[in-house]
Amino acid sequence: MGSKAVPLWGRFLGQAIERVEDAALLTGRGRFGDDLPVRTDTLHAAFLRSPHAHAELGAIEVSGALAMKGVEAVVTGDYAKAHTKPFIAGVKQPMEHYCIAVDRVRYVGEPVAIVVAQDRYVAEDALEKIHVTYQPLSAVVDPEKSITPEAPVLHEAVGSNLVSDRTFVYGAPDEAFLNSDQQIGVTVRYPRNSCTPIECFVVVAEYDPAMGGYDVLANFQGPFTLHSVMALALGVPANRLRLRTPPDSGGSFGVKQAVFPYVVAMALASRLVCRPVKWVEDRLEHLLAANAATGRVTRIEAAVNNEGEVTAFDIDQLEDCGAYLRAPEPASLYRMHGNLTGAYKLRHVRVRNRVALTNTVPSGLNRGFGGPQLYFAIERLMDRIAARLHIDPIELRRRNLVLAEQFPYRCPTGALLDSGDYRRSVDLAVTDGKWQELLCRRNQARAEGRLYGIGCAAVVESSMSNMGYITTVLNAEERARAGPKNGALTIVTVALDPLGSVSVTIDSLPQGQGHRTAISQVMAEVFGIFPEEVTVESGFDSAVAGWSIAAGSYSSRFGPAVAGTAYLAATRLRDRLARLASQHLNVDMEELEFADGKICARDNPANSVPFRRIAGSSHWSPGTLPEGLEPVVRETATWTPPELTSPDSSDRINGAAAYGFIFDFCGIEIDKATHRVRIDHYVTMHDAGRTINPALLDGQIRGAFAHGIGAALLEKFRYDEDGQFLSGTFADYLVPTACEVPDPIILHTESPSPFTPLGTKGAGEGQSMSTPVCIANAVADALGVDDIELPLTPDRVAALMGDDEPPFRATEGK
Amino acid sequence: MPRLNAGQRHTIQFELNGKSVSGETEPRLLLSDFLRGVLGSTGSHVGCEHGVCGACTVRVNGCAVRSCLTLAIQINGEKVETVEGLAGNDTLSPLQRAFRRHHALQCGFCTPGILMSLSELLDTGTDVNEKNIREFLSGHLCRCTGYGNIVRAALEVFAENRSGRAVSDD
Ligand code: FES
Ligand code: FES
Repeated sequence: MGSKAVPLWGRFLGQAIERVEDAALLTGRGRFGDDLPVRTDTLHAAFLRSPHAHAELGAIEVSGALAMKGVEAVVTGDYAKAHTKPFIAGVKQPMEHYCIAVDRVRYVGEPVAIVVAQDRYVAEDALEKIHVTYQPLSAVVDPEKSITPEAPVLHEAVGSNLVSDRTFVYGAPDEAFLNSDQQIGVTVRYPRNSCTPIECFVVVAEYDPAMGGYDVLANFQGPFTLHSVMALALGVPANRLRLRTPPDSGGSFGVKQAVFPYVVAMALASRLVCRPVKWVEDRLEHLLAANAATGRVTRIEAAVNNEGEVTAFDIDQLEDCGAYLRAPEPASLYRMHGNLTGAYKLRHVRVRNRVALTNTVPSGLNRGFGGPQLYFAIERLMDRIAARLHIDPIELRRRNLVLAEQFPYRCPTGALLDSGDYRRSVDLAVTDGKWQELLCRRNQARAEGRLYGIGCAAVVESSMSNMGYITTVLNAEERARAGPKNGALTIVTVALDPLGSVSVTIDSLPQGQGHRTAISQVMAEVFGIFPEEVTVESGFDSAVAGWSIAAGSYSSRFGPAVAGTAYLAATRLRDRLARLASQHLNVDMEELEFADGKICARDNPANSVPFRRIAGSSHWSPGTLPEGLEPVVRETATWTPPELTSPDSSDRINGAAAYGFIFDFCGIEIDKATHRVRIDHYVTMHDAGRTINPALLDGQIRGAFAHGIGAALLEKFRYDEDGQFLSGTFADYLVPTACEVPDPIILHTESPSPFTPLGTKGAGEGQSMSTPVCIANAVADALGVDDIELPLTPDRVAALMGDDEPPFRATEGK
Repeated sequence: MPRLNAGQRHTIQFELNGKSVSGETEPRLLLSDFLRGVLGSTGSHVGCEHGVCGACTVRVNGCAVRSCLTLAIQINGEKVETVEGLAGNDTLSPLQRAFRRHHALQCGFCTPGILMSLSELLDTGTDVNEKNIREFLSGHLCRCTGYGNIVRAALEVFAENRSGRAVSDD
């Protein structure tokens, strides 16, 4: 055992151990945002929200509300304008986005005023006493319409709803298209949906007039780039915005990124009343105004030869970011930029990226973040090519997959795919997932006159985002001016206490993924102790923890980044403990073994000392440490993958540290009478590198699968033409229940990442990228149609079948 | 029920997980808010406040009800059970243990409601299979797990119940 030891794998790492989180959560002892005690003088906030999708904001009459018993204050746009600054975003535009509306409202549900009162009930009563004068303007909810000259302009200072328009060329796409046998394209539209965690947003903010700063508790999920956005909006140095998160968070899937404007809003309210102010979002507010994924209209064309080899893509993406470009947008559009070629080895790409604003809820992080939109286009296209060339869809994909010997593989747009054997994964899925049987099943169903279809999809799942990828939206000159952005700094501290137990502080702000369990496994493996003996702190405090802008749970960074960095910290600490133990046992360091709570000589296990004794010893006797050894009490490891460089001068960007691979196929049946799509058989093959805990990994896959089914069959934020929101309850915005989510067959291969400390890759999102298009391909196959738009609700399926069924809502905008 | 004035506070008393509790409430206060805000019993969660997600489910006189659709004042004199009452002294109930064994929870926000509904179903001695347990669970929304592991955990506990033995925890 020494510093050169390779990662251990087996005793605890790689095992599906039970979660350390569960005992508390199963007994009602979770500590979620709304469960934590607050100061007794805390006030409660309620928001008045815009009933208009687009309107000039006139006078706001608040005296009636202020006169009510129990009401302490009303915050309006004037106060926000006087004491905060507009939020910064990824693209510089004269677009002013404050935490509550100033001058104009731009989507239904936009905050207009905040009532602060003794309790929430009173605060909500007072909302009715506020009178706002609006001058309604015409609204636009469709990105294709919003960029036409006739469309109402949301931000007059910007002058247009098109806030970014860039074209990139990689390789020689013109030549490739010229030399190709065929040019095959599709146009697809991806709807706006949201992962809707069951716990809504919670914020408690307290202003400290003495320090001129704020102490805020929020169920924020990162990324901490947004801490800078919040501090700048509040006009305080970052050390005057103390941000804490509760130990438990009721799901997020990216969505709780968007609590940040409310952090600023509550900070502002607490400043006005000089008391703590608490706000708990309700479900209507959440659906109306929290966060939705971007919508995207994509035209994608491929240059193809007659053997089915794709040589170039020409992509035109129009992104709908809602009413404001809110940080980190337009990141949804750029997250996958480095691997716009998906799992395929074509070398030539042209892509035009446009970002449009509409009178709808601002977009933000949602599981998959840009992936579902991109793969919907690519994988629909691959099916179209297969059909046109009469090649089996799996065979077509196989011919184009990046080959095992090409790894690490540099994509034309810049991603460095770390490892994999995509063909082998596909072949294994075909055999183990029983593809041939599925074909028979389809034949049989069709022979019986039933509507049965098969689809597949191949997806590269990027994880651990490069903090610099968003700067690809800027040109090289603008980037130079802004200064370099790159890397993804992760920070983990492992501490030993006087009694020799191990505590770990992580920077991932978990929301249910089981990070505490996984980190316990890493510690147990390295130190030869037991996972249940380790304490992992999941609550986060920016004043105490080590953190960088990369902190948080997003872009599936935990596996590669946080677990990997924890491993680095632990091994460094163990190697220093080995020096102490070597002295104590009079055994060479290389001959020591850490196992079963002891440190012992490998060939003479009787010569041992309890781990705890050595681990605690630096506290008791720092005066007698071996020459040159610092006290062994804690180790903070910081790690950033060197592969995560800034975009180069040709706009190539390696957007992520690790890239997993997923291959899915499924069989679906459409009920001719009800037009419902039933998933009959679903197979998914994952290569997520090394696996820390297979049960946690499967949990991520199953959860993302359910989100994928929601996106495919049910979920869409619906607006009418005037921008009125039609999905304000869980009875209108249907999400999958236990009846709609079958058990997928989950298969695995493991290609360890050469770029991450444990060989792990992230795996939280890929299934949300592959499932929507896999199901769409199957429905297209069942019906023999080309144009598929999600979600495939019964009314839409009926329309595809040419059957009469009234649309979901007669008023739905289009 | 006596006439209640909207602005007035009323004292209510009921049994919560076997112990007598009391507190003051306005007539409009929801049971979910009373449990969480007044009594500090935060195990029951609020996910929608319109009766769809099921996170707030508790049992009143043995029946699973949505505490977000129940007024606190309605449970005066009744028997209420919440997730905090499911485990015995320091030991998880078979249902809770099955959830842990099968990784049937992730964030755990939906879990208390699901446990309370399933505990009611267990008490009724209903015969379950995968199909009807899925239908039963469709009254609860979970965004983390994809439900499969919840279904497996539940089926196992019902099977244990039928055979009259508990699957050992280790
Ligand atoms: S909170 Fe009661 S059903 Fe959702
Ligand atoms: S475990 Fe998170 S919502 Fe069910």
